Amino acid sequence: MIYKLITDAAAAVADITDGSTLMLGGFGLCGIPENCIQAILEKGTTNLTCISNNAGVDDFGIGLLLQQKRVKKMISSYVGENEEFERQLLSGELEVELIPQGTLAFRCMAAGYGMPAIFTPAGVGTEVAVGKESRIFDGKEYLLETAFNADFAIVKAWKGDTDGNLIFKSTARNFNPLMAMAGKITIAEVEELVEPGILDPDQIHTPGIYVHRIFEGKNYEKRIEKRTTSK
Amino acid sequence: MLDKEGIAKRIAKEVKNNTYVNLGIGIPTLVANYLHEGINVCFQSENGLLGVGPFPKEYAVDPDTINAGKQTITALPGASSFDSAMSFGMIHSKKIDLTILGAMEVSENGDIANWKIPGKMVKGMGGAMDLVASAKHIIVAMQHVNKAGESKLLAKCDLPLTGKNCVKRIVTELAVIDIAPEGGFVLIERAPGVSIEQIKNATAGKLLISGDIPEMAL
Repeated sequence: MIYKLITDAAAAVADITDGSTLMLGGFGLCGIPENCIQAILEKGTTNLTCISNNAGVDDFGIGLLLQQKRVKKMISSYVGENEEFERQLLSGELEVELIPQGTLAFRCMAAGYGMPAIFTPAGVGTEVAVGKESRIFDGKEYLLETAFNADFAIVKAWKGDTDGNLIFKSTARNFNPLMAMAGKITIAEVEELVEPGILDPDQIHTPGIYVHRIFEGKNYEKRIEKRTTSK
Repeated sequence: MLDKEGIAKRIAKEVKNNTYVNLGIGIPTLVANYLHEGINVCFQSENGLLGVGPFPKEYAVDPDTINAGKQTITALPGASSFDSAMSFGMIHSKKIDLTILGAMEVSENGDIANWKIPGKMVKGMGGAMDLVASAKHIIVAMQHVNKAGESKLLAKCDLPLTGKNCVKRIVTELAVIDIAPEGGFVLIERAPGVSIEQIKNATAGKLLISGDIPEMAL
């Protein structure tokens, strides 16, 4: 098998240059690559285009990169309660392409499956459709949406092995396996790294062929955005 | 007049047995609390979970298990988790029977706007554009008028659209209203203690009233 282990986050992101396009896994703060985001922050990389469903919160996740004005453009589906993101968007400091969440997922999927584009009904008749090619199938209109083309995909998995095989946990899976398949270079950080043969092949979500670099992350905070409990 | 819980209670009556349902953020989330006995429903959360359970006990909180509103949740026995493409795959292939979501504006031909106020506020569409484009049945839960006292039921939406010709039913603090196939707001029920006159005054679009309009039974 092909060995993918890299020492740590700093080594994994070392060749990400200014102006790169990154896909970053996660939904809200759930399943985000905390270690890699921190390493990019420390490395000083700037002028980034980030494809990610959200941009973290003001002081965690991609929000940290936004705060330091490292992001030129965000491609996301939801701004939500991230005040800095909303402020930079409304003031025009940040270029933002808001797209439907399903379209975001399918554009990642298309890239991972080697398909140039997909058709989706999401956004028909809205400003999302402006300037896009559309087609009618069985009397219903669909928009042509093209596959993403990202330099790096940075994902977070629950378990992985040194061959790059990944297993995700619960809703922390979200965009991670799709982006893992879509990156020209895919970096995976995992909570638990094991030797090949430990993970059951039938339980692997992302086969190692899609992963170029893997390392075990440290000190996961796994911050919760809305801790909601019942009595 | 209904409060938010009342709106949720009324919508709960719309939920049929053995169905897959997606609940939006806000009032729609409350609907799960008022399902009638014997109604078996599987809730989908578009971030990747089918079989959403109640909020966890404090000791069982799992940061890896959240709903689309980013709240910590539990997964019921029989639940499944999946990636975002599969999640929207089940939405677009019409496996979800009912979508309940909030809105800023609805027009009399069933257009909905709920993601952006140009120059003032941008939330993003999240999964809403996907859900409204492909749902078999859409119910909107919202207040009849906005904070400025202006009607949210309009002849035509002023705000950027989330979807066109998709809303089937609206439940507000004042009324249950259907979208007529040829356009117009059909008054179906009045909230307890609310007059037809009140509903007329709060509805900017064309309100269609025929015969006696019953009061809601909750």
